[in-house]
Amino acid sequence: MEGPIQMKDIHIEERVVSDHKAKITARGVQVYYGTNHALKDVDVDILAGTVTAFIGPSGCGKSTFLRCLNRMNDTVSSARVVGEILLDGEDIYDKRVDPVQLRAKVGMVFQKPNPFPKSIYDNVAYGPKIHGLTRNKAELDEVVESCLRKAALWNEVKDRLQAPGTGLSGGQQQRLCIARAIATSPEVLLMDEPCSALDPIATAQVEELIDELRSQFSVVIVTHSMQQAARVSQKTAFFHLGNLVEYGETGQIFTNPKDPRTESYITGRIG
Amino acid sequence: MTVLVLVVATLVIAGVGFFLGRSRALSGVSGNVRDLHSLPGYYGWHVALMAALPAFGVLLVWLIVQPIVIERNIGSLLPAETVADATAFKLAVADIRRVAGGLDAAVLAGALTEASAAELTSGGTDVRAVLAGVGVALGSDVTNDTLLSAQMYRSMTATGALARMIAVLAVALAGLGYALSVTRAEFRARNRVEIVMMGVLITASSIAILTTVGIIWSMLSESLNFFRQYPATEFFFGLTWSPNFRGGSDLGFIPLLWGTLYISLIAMIVAVPLGLFTAIYLAEYAGPKVRAWVKPLIEVIAGIPTVVFGLFALVTVGPFLRDYFAQPFGFGNSGASVMTAGLVIGILNIPFISSLADDIINSVPQSLRDGSYGLGATKSETVKQVILPAALPGIVGAVLLAASRAIGETMIVTMGAGASAKLSLNPFDAMTTMTVKIVGQLTGDTDFNSPETLVAFALGITLFVITLGLNVFALYIVRKYREEYE
Repeated sequence: MEGPIQMKDIHIEERVVSDHKAKITARGVQVYYGTNHALKDVDVDILAGTVTAFIGPSGCGKSTFLRCLNRMNDTVSSARVVGEILLDGEDIYDKRVDPVQLRAKVGMVFQKPNPFPKSIYDNVAYGPKIHGLTRNKAELDEVVESCLRKAALWNEVKDRLQAPGTGLSGGQQQRLCIARAIATSPEVLLMDEPCSALDPIATAQVEELIDELRSQFSVVIVTHSMQQAARVSQKTAFFHLGNLVEYGETGQIFTNPKDPRTESYITGRIG
Repeated sequence: MTVLVLVVATLVIAGVGFFLGRSRALSGVSGNVRDLHSLPGYYGWHVALMAALPAFGVLLVWLIVQPIVIERNIGSLLPAETVADATAFKLAVADIRRVAGGLDAAVLAGALTEASAAELTSGGTDVRAVLAGVGVALGSDVTNDTLLSAQMYRSMTATGALARMIAVLAVALAGLGYALSVTRAEFRARNRVEIVMMGVLITASSIAILTTVGIIWSMLSESLNFFRQYPATEFFFGLTWSPNFRGGSDLGFIPLLWGTLYISLIAMIVAVPLGLFTAIYLAEYAGPKVRAWVKPLIEVIAGIPTVVFGLFALVTVGPFLRDYFAQPFGFGNSGASVMTAGLVIGILNIPFISSLADDIINSVPQSLRDGSYGLGATKSETVKQVILPAALPGIVGAVLLAASRAIGETMIVTMGAGASAKLSLNPFDAMTTMTVKIVGQLTGDTDFNSPETLVAFALGITLFVITLGLNVFALYIVRKYREEYE
């Protein structure tokens, strides 16, 4: 294989993203785990209505950065975050910001499907209930149905909403987790390798879903699969050893990378 | 040869067998271990086990069967009417054993020779005096029948011991010979030894089960004995408990059941919330430093003997409750009360619940917490809505285990709640529980066959059924609400 252009399974569409505004602006972000400097000086603009992919080898800091965006690193006692991350122009690390409120706006889907040990209905209703988003049962039913529909799960589970969410298959569980995340009507949806525990068919369903979600949310997805990044994203950021090496249009990153390290990674020479 | 010497001899044969088997296996392949099916040690173990196990089996069976056979033979020497009456026969045999043992001791001490002991007659010698001289006190003079029987008992025992030695050693040597004869390179010694290991494991696990069966059986038989002397309906539905050792007692079990349940209820009302909150704090809120200190400190409580808790109830909690609650509010002036015992048992059970629940909460996967935090839930929402439901089956199990403990608690009740069986709603009244009464009825200095004593067994089996029911219910709850996390 001579160059990245010949990766035939990557189908790159024309992307129109230039008219989107920045939703999240990160400047000079550093993350330390104890004495380990895990993320070095990252500047990124996440655009509204766009799927942004973070790619890079294991341990490069992409998940760490993702977890900075909704302050999930707060739950890790040894983690320390320096720098500025603005959501709609407001610093999310400001003292006045409640991380709990923030996470309602910046939802997250995890690597392994983690449905709560509750019914399918209660899994989706969890967020709306704790944030008081609905006024009555009928409204809640509506939210649950529309989220399950958006997550392309409604037809499979509509007859067993009271069955436990843990009884679904892996792919269904992950779509349930996505439905659960969008039920709190977040503005940004963070996905940490959402397909790594899924088979190819379930992966294809989730990817299709991500593309549809773009119309309502900014989606940030961490992935190990470069094909997946190429298929679903409009913008791609390449991380390596804690540095943000390159950030740009997905088509440009995969066909015409500026940094030699990016080219080496996407052609399979490092990683 | 005594049993101990016989066991040692068998072990020596087995030990020799180990080295013989090992070296035979090795010499069969001229020292090349890789040609053997198993490691050389396994061939050694196989020979040793084949020598020892069947021999011990024979020994065990012999030890059980020989006394039965001898007893039956002695029966032929005793008068027919003694043999016909089971109690008299038992007494006669016990007498014979005592005299035979005395003769053994006399021979051992040199007061009699082996020959003179065998030819002793009750007419010629004062057997009682001779035996008293070597420290065996007999209740009455020895009759001729008894002496003859005792002599026969001794001679049969001696013959039996000789035959036993020959049989055991023969079986050991035969096992050794057989095992050596099959020891060849391709012999699967390892598999054979592992089968024996499996047998050991099965035996170990059956002992607990057999013990339970034995407990139930002995309780049942004594309880049936009780119900033959005392009507079951009066026991189960009687509202008065007043045992009278001269007979004519009221042995109604309801007051005891009520006391037991009342005290346990108070104990659980204290222990469940406190234990659960402790566990939630330790598992979800406490930092590693606090946890490292607090958890062992709480668990210290579990290590305090319950009798010490009983003292605490007796001298501190009881008087405190009486002086500051019972007397001012007119609930009576008893130092011993249901409240005292319940509170102290509750405190005793806090570490039990907190420790179990803490482990259960910690075993809820981190991914569920992340999922909840990721949706913007606070810590307390996460605990209430995700962690506790996920941990619920385990927590229910822990609570029911603690309840079983509270129901079975004896010492604290004796010292804290008193010993008077009463049916009352007042928590500051002295009451008592089934366990306390079991101890009380059994330790009295009375005829074992009276209903006043045997009622202890009926109480015991009822208590057993109650706690068994609780445990079965706990298992049912845990099964029904068990959630697969991942």
